[in-house]
Amino acid sequence: MDEARISRRGLGPRLWLAGGWLVLALLAAIFAPLVAPQDPLAQDLMLERLPPFWLDGAEPGYWLGTDSLGRDLLSRLIFGGRIAFIVAFAAATSACLLGSALGLIAGYFGGWADRIISRVVDIWMAFPPVLFAILLVAVLGTGLSSVILAIAIIDWTRFCRVIRAEAMSQARMDYVESARIAGYGRIGIMLREVLPNVLPSVVALLSLEMGIAVIVEAILSFVNLSISTDDPTWGSIIAEGRLSIHQAWWVLVFPLITLILTVLSFSQFGEALKARFDPVLR
Amino acid sequence: MEPCLDIRRLSAVLPNGQRVLRSVSLAVQPGEVRALVGESGAGKTMIGKAVLGVLPKSVRVVEGDMLVEGEDLGHLDAKARRTLIGARTALIPQDPLTALNPSRRIGAQMTDRLVRILGWSGERADTRIRQLLDEVQIRDPERVLKSYPHELSGGMRQRVLIAAAFAAEPRLIVADEPTTALDVTVQKQILRLIAQLQRDHGTAILFVTHDLGVVAKISQKVSVLYAGKVVEEAETARLFAAPQHPYTRALIAATPRYTDPYASLKPVDESVLAGLAAEIAAADKDWRPGHG
Ligand SMILES: Nc1ncnc2c1ncn2[C@@H]1O[C@H](COP(=O)(O)OP(=O)(O)OP(=O)(O)O)[C@@H](O)[C@H]1O
Ligand SMILES: [Mg+2]
Repeated sequence: MDEARISRRGLGPRLWLAGGWLVLALLAAIFAPLVAPQDPLAQDLMLERLPPFWLDGAEPGYWLGTDSLGRDLLSRLIFGGRIAFIVAFAAATSACLLGSALGLIAGYFGGWADRIISRVVDIWMAFPPVLFAILLVAVLGTGLSSVILAIAIIDWTRFCRVIRAEAMSQARMDYVESARIAGYGRIGIMLREVLPNVLPSVVALLSLEMGIAVIVEAILSFVNLSISTDDPTWGSIIAEGRLSIHQAWWVLVFPLITLILTVLSFSQFGEALKARFDPVLR
Repeated sequence: MEPCLDIRRLSAVLPNGQRVLRSVSLAVQPGEVRALVGESGAGKTMIGKAVLGVLPKSVRVVEGDMLVEGEDLGHLDAKARRTLIGARTALIPQDPLTALNPSRRIGAQMTDRLVRILGWSGERADTRIRQLLDEVQIRDPERVLKSYPHELSGGMRQRVLIAAAFAAEPRLIVADEPTTALDVTVQKQILRLIAQLQRDHGTAILFVTHDLGVVAKISQKVSVLYAGKVVEEAETARLFAAPQHPYTRALIAATPRYTDPYASLKPVDESVLAGLAAEIAAADKDWRPGHG
């Protein structure tokens, strides 16, 4: 009991910091046209490679400086957040729904359903994920929806494996047998008894996967395979920043920090949520 | 009188052909407590699971019939069997922690079955559950109903499960070592509660245990199981007074505390024990090939 109370208090700041950053970044992305100080696409050669606000030569209104075409970095990051979050939510949710459903079925029903699903997962996992993603996008064509589809197609196995194992151990519990004796149907038991017990893991994985989706999208942008090159994305900003690292380090460093903070926040937020969700840990 | 549970020549095997039940016959009369004793691995739990229709996939029934209140389970389709078992039987399990769903509140778990499976109204189920919680001497039902299983002590959880088992007025309850996972002091209280509710509700119980002391306290009849075979059955008092099978005698001899009231039994020495072991082995050898 005491242990639970201590860990709960310990989780507080983690949940608040991670959640705070995500809310801030999400709100900025949603209200980008209102929040962004400049037009993210406006080029001005008079303003190229302005440094961030605390360095000599900074211009007011260009807080994090500008890139080699004179575009405002902060505004580009804020607008880039839109694509990052759309991909994060859409891809992670799709992967989660597909993977969790199959994992639950495989773990709870076992038998041939499990054999088929597990075999497919094994085959899937044999592909290196980033290569798989690049291949898929090359086949599906670039664009927002194919990036989302590619991530979902690749990463559902992550959910499937974990949820299968958890559903399997839950299915062996006496309460499942008791429900069976009481006369509940198999599908009812799976949804009403087993699902709530694997839900904390689903939530944690979902949040983690959102972070992963952000990274994958950035990688795809970085290799120029994501969305059209006009719209700023974190990956494309990083790719450009890499080219001017010696003249303007901030164009590389700020998007990297944004990316890392966001990915870390997603995974920490997921862990904290899991602990909150789980009645035993709570 | 028609037995509440009638098991006739039930045999079950594992995939490798090894037998787990050897032509088990056993009847429980309405309102009677029948103890099922035997050492670990004797197949006590298997018999309970067979009755309740939850045998592991690897265990296959190869012969025999099971009748619940005269209805042959083998003659019913899967759905009808589930309905019959759900309505007329219940289980008091061994481990009260894993037998409750960790992520659902006690109240919801207890009423859910009455409402969803048996079609009771919400109020009726709620009233019924509170009445049963009172019967198992839970003093603060409000708190218990709102709790998650891990928030209750082992004894409290087992009380909840006993209340849940009796809630729908089953005709037969299978109690599989319902006290072994509990503290010794709590064991006695729980045993007394089960006996009390059993009398009040007139429910038949198949009581699985490996503790002859418990057998003496709670049951009217006993079946002694060894390696999946019923080696002796008798009225409880008779079994202790005049055990017929050497294995039964060995069991009783191994439980000295409870041999005291039965003056006919003397402390057993090594040679007697060795002789008994040989006798058991011989008996085992005799019935293994032919039967079942
Ligand atoms: N899931 C299973 N699959 C295959 N065999 C099993 C399984 N569970 C138990 N057995 C075997 O069936 C036999 C009977 O086991 P059972 O659990 O009924 O014994 P028990 O009398 O209840 O013992 P205990 O007092 O330890 O609970 C044992 O030999 C055991 O190894
Ligand atoms: Mg057992």
